[in-house]
Amino acid sequence: MRRVFTPRNVLMAVYLIFLAAPLLWMLSMSFKPNAEILETRALFPQTPTLENYAEIFTQPAWRESFVNSLIYVAMNVVITLIVAIPAAYAFSRYTFRGDRHLFFWLLTNRMAPGAVFLLPFFQLYSNIGLFDTHLAVALAHTLFSVPLAIWILEGFMSGIPMEIDETAYVDGYSFPRFFYRIFMPLIGPGIGVAAFFSFLFSWVELLFARTLTSTAAKPIVVQLSRSLGAEGWDWGVIAAAGVLMIVPGALLIYFVRDYLAKGFALGRV
Amino acid sequence: MKRVDQRAWLFLIPALVVLSLNAFIPLMTVVNYSVQDILPGLGAVWVGFDNFENVLRDPSFRGALTRQLGFSALILLIQVPLGILVALGMPKKGWPATAALVTIGLPLLIPWNVVGIIWRVFTRSDIGIVPFLFDRFGYVYNIANSPADAYWTVVMMDVWHWTPLIALLAYSGLNAIPDAFYQAARIDGATRWRTFWVVTLPRLRNVLTIGILLRFMDSFRIYIEISLLTGGGPGRTTAFVSDLLVNRAVGGFEFGYAAALSLIYFFIIIVISYLFFLVLTNVGTSSQMQGGDA
Repeated sequence: MRRVFTPRNVLMAVYLIFLAAPLLWMLSMSFKPNAEILETRALFPQTPTLENYAEIFTQPAWRESFVNSLIYVAMNVVITLIVAIPAAYAFSRYTFRGDRHLFFWLLTNRMAPGAVFLLPFFQLYSNIGLFDTHLAVALAHTLFSVPLAIWILEGFMSGIPMEIDETAYVDGYSFPRFFYRIFMPLIGPGIGVAAFFSFLFSWVELLFARTLTSTAAKPIVVQLSRSLGAEGWDWGVIAAAGVLMIVPGALLIYFVRDYLAKGFALGRV
Repeated sequence: MKRVDQRAWLFLIPALVVLSLNAFIPLMTVVNYSVQDILPGLGAVWVGFDNFENVLRDPSFRGALTRQLGFSALILLIQVPLGILVALGMPKKGWPATAALVTIGLPLLIPWNVVGIIWRVFTRSDIGIVPFLFDRFGYVYNIANSPADAYWTVVMMDVWHWTPLIALLAYSGLNAIPDAFYQAARIDGATRWRTFWVVTLPRLRNVLTIGILLRFMDSFRIYIEISLLTGGGPGRTTAFVSDLLVNRAVGGFEFGYAAALSLIYFFIIIVISYLFFLVLTNVGTSSQMQGGDA
């Protein structure tokens, strides 16, 4: 007979309530008119409305900014993987001067304090003619995504025995052919997990995305802070946008669930 | 065995090019600002290390830094153990595992400004559910007046927002531990507590190292959520280092001061993170139970 009220189950239940409460509140808000949000505190909408969602789906500004965000996040994931895969291979297969410290240096790039680094970023990307392009945001976000992707990929690669590399060479494979045909499929799960974490930080980042764009590449996170009406925040629409923004990420977690569940230990950097 | 080969650096070139563009050039610009007094529209004057001196003597900097270090320590002390506990409690197989993963990941997917807004609505005295519940228990909760309420609400918001990151990393780390390790511990008659300390925790070292470093570094950048939730108040209770930076750089146009402050901030985080890094990557490496490469 299994007990239901084990300490573990109680802890998980309490945590789930804590986790879910603000999310449910946001979901409920997204179906309420603004007046109701500001006047009552009913858990369920008393006059449920789809107006908030309707506004998002009918206004081109919302749709365009949603697409803009998806574009630069996708670009960021691709760039991150292209530069991180060879780097992770180097860390996992070779010992070289400064390898351990180099990794730490990579990670320190995350720390750039937003408020002050924004102006230099703006100047830099304006000077190279990339201001207000998707590429600018994608490149700026590599600051957060590349170090983490290298660490994740290195962990997966170190789990693949080096004998595989050597056997392939003995069999007459060239390095690029070995890498593409044999090695890449083996680290598929790692690529999935690294892509997920790159997506995660790029999707919700606000400061750089706001600084490096104006109209052509305006991201949804910026569109959100602009829905400031005459009488203050448009709470319902913001909640609806928040709900919609969860969707792509939740799908991505669904796709990489097996890799996360199978587990990874991360590299021994 | 890994080979020693300095040509491995060649593989790193693409990553270094991309990161140098983003890391070196802006950093040099900030260094340049930090030694000047910048008057918008009037130009800049070389002032040497005056800005650094001003920052270090500034009581508002010391206050913000003290509050920041306390906040960062507190959220790590809550999020790391809680994240590990949640990861231990998550189902391992089938649809419950999928459901748990997706649910736990949700807070991470919400833009930070929406996080701030949701928590604001959640805790406002007039419309929030949190004050309502506290009221039931006879406690008057008021985030706008009570420093303690505001502080703990900000801590709880961060715990809500970021514990999932530690939980996801720890979950993946846990599932990578081969069953053989646990069987061996059982044969040796180890208690569950001892198994956790001797088998589980050491094998989680790598995922926890990155988790702790990410959380520590990111805790210094927290700004948007707090500015929407409490605006740094009441008083300066919830105003941390990034709040001071934004005030000086954007509000006060004190670029020289803000740049010097950024560099000092950068230096402090690098030193502390490096200590974490050294301790976390060395602890237990000599122990017998480590067994193989993690």
